Amino acid sequence: MNENLNFHRRGELADSAFRYATVAAGGIVLISLSAIAITMTKRAWPAFDKMGLDFFTTSRWAPNDNVFGAKAFIFGTLMAAAIALVIAVPVSIGIALFTTQVAPTKWRRPIVYLVDLLAVVPSVVFGLWGVLVFAPSATGFYNTLHDVLGPIPGLGDLFGEASSGRNIFTAGLILSVMITPIVSSLAREVIDTCPESDREAAFALGATRWEMIRGSVLPHAKGGLVGAVMLGLGRAMGETIAVALVIGSSANISANLFSSGDALPAVIANQWGEAEGDYRAALIGLAVTLFAITILINVAANTIVSRSIVKTQGAR
Amino acid sequence: MLSTKRRSVGLLAATLSLALFAGACGDDGDTTATTPAATGSTASSSTGSVASTTTVAKVDVTGTLAASGATFPKAFYEVAIEAFKKAQPKAAITYAGGGSGKGRTDLQNQVVDFAGSDGLVKEADKALYKGGAFLYFPTVVAPITVSYNLDGVDKLNLSADTIAKIFQRQIKTWDDAAIVAENPDAKAKLTGPITVAHRSDSSGTTENFTIFLNKAAGPAPGTGVWTLKSGSTVEWAADTQAGSGNAGVAQIVKDTKGAIGYVDYSDAKAVGLKYANVKNKAGKFVAPTLDGASAAAAGATIKDDLSYDPLWADGDAAYPIAAPTWILVYVNQTDKVKGETTKSFLRYILTDGQKVTTSVDYAPLPKVLVDKAIAQLEMIKIPA
Repeated sequence: MNENLNFHRRGELADSAFRYATVAAGGIVLISLSAIAITMTKRAWPAFDKMGLDFFTTSRWAPNDNVFGAKAFIFGTLMAAAIALVIAVPVSIGIALFTTQVAPTKWRRPIVYLVDLLAVVPSVVFGLWGVLVFAPSATGFYNTLHDVLGPIPGLGDLFGEASSGRNIFTAGLILSVMITPIVSSLAREVIDTCPESDREAAFALGATRWEMIRGSVLPHAKGGLVGAVMLGLGRAMGETIAVALVIGSSANISANLFSSGDALPAVIANQWGEAEGDYRAALIGLAVTLFAITILINVAANTIVSRSIVKTQGAR
Repeated sequence: MLSTKRRSVGLLAATLSLALFAGACGDDGDTTATTPAATGSTASSSTGSVASTTTVAKVDVTGTLAASGATFPKAFYEVAIEAFKKAQPKAAITYAGGGSGKGRTDLQNQVVDFAGSDGLVKEADKALYKGGAFLYFPTVVAPITVSYNLDGVDKLNLSADTIAKIFQRQIKTWDDAAIVAENPDAKAKLTGPITVAHRSDSSGTTENFTIFLNKAAGPAPGTGVWTLKSGSTVEWAADTQAGSGNAGVAQIVKDTKGAIGYVDYSDAKAVGLKYANVKNKAGKFVAPTLDGASAAAAGATIKDDLSYDPLWADGDAAYPIAAPTWILVYVNQTDKVKGETTKSFLRYILTDGQKVTTSVDYAPLPKVLVDKAIAQLEMIKIPA
């Protein structure tokens, strides 16, 4: 009887210890994130104070005149990330669907291995390849695209003239290569969790493979897929060196994808060495801006996803 | 037991307050980089006589110094450190680079023993230097070239006004009247669009180049053509190209026909670019050579604190875009061993070090400046 009681108490203790340990782990993450946000905002405060809301609404970045405007960089970051997503997401989900649904089982592992190998390549290697190999030879390709797509009324503005290979489109292209392995491996994991029974049921009702994927796999995987895309987006927005080398470094907003621009992390990396005082505070302010944008986009995406899950699967 | 909801609210409140506390605890200055390694021995140095400025009895120094700052003179400092190590094997000096701004900020926070800077410290910032007053020690001068890529044009003369107009995209083609007027012999080969290359990263080279343009072609007493002012980053026009580092700009100029860019002398020479002859204040077109840079330094007015401006200097042989650089060091040294090592290293740069500058494509300082700098060494106070 005594031994049973001791055993029971030990089990309870272990349970409480486990609970506190996991709460502590989660708490540490929360504390670190909040501490980062708070200390950075504090350091960036001189610049926010001086510029006020203009910090986010003016596109003029003139440190020698003490004018700091982040608009052009916010635009560049979002534009390059958007291009990366538009190219990478269909490709990654396609890869994930291919490896899980379509490919013969024995091909699955080599393909997965090859795609994951992309994730191992350091970003600076992509950046150097971009600036030394791709960008010099890309100008011709971009001008061809301009000639072909330019005349189209709406799309034409996006595909203007390319004076050099170092522009937002190149940055987006390189980012898409870098985020493909992340999005595809997460998508693969999520798609794998779809129950076999749902899929078999779809086949039993006479669905074709695509109808089965659209009807049983994708709705089930929607939340996870958005999570995968968010992770890819996070990497695309935060990528520094690869973008800094190929984006053209010009604080300029233009609809032309082939014009040079600049992105928040690239500006920080490029201009940190010579920055002092208010200029340095402004660069830290750019980091805070990036942090805030990432959080906002994540929150927005999660809200949209949970609403749509409520619609299709009922409240959780 | 608290209900789950109240407990999670309590947890959230605790987390946020902890984060705020952690945030408030952070110091206002920059977080320090790795502190310099502890100085080794307590070996005393024999007292050497410092009476004359030319012969000094050898004093053994043993300190370990950390430094950071301008990347423009970094190649020279590394050669000087290597050579100094042969003369003083027990001393160890590391120069980390990182940019003039970083160097000055590090010195403000006393993270480094001395800092390299291409630019002078603003009056308003002097109060930020926690160690008190500091001294400027000029070390080398080097020309900034205006490199170009034009087939068949081996000699290109450009005045400051023309350079200003080119870099502001007011002149967009090589056959513009202003360029032809300065180069009548090359008229046939001056064709095609101009591609302007500048730095994507902030840089002391950009700062010195734009200071030159501002002085020569900027607001009065200049000609009023240059409107972008000066700074380590300026607002270049959108249809220009940006390269990372001097090497990046050099690469753009080398690879693009009709390109023009500002590149420091050693990188332009290494890549094999052609440089323009720039019109100086005396009206002569001077090539970017080390002699031209030394002549510019000789023609500059030297202030009492040894700050001087060789950009747009007087003198027939002066190259107008000669960039200066200094080492900043505190007057009141806090550590005897490190203070003596710093003083010894500075003396080395100003004496034997001046002999090795040309081997790494930097120009030595004129004698009058070197003598003043060596005399200023006595102002460094080392604790007993």
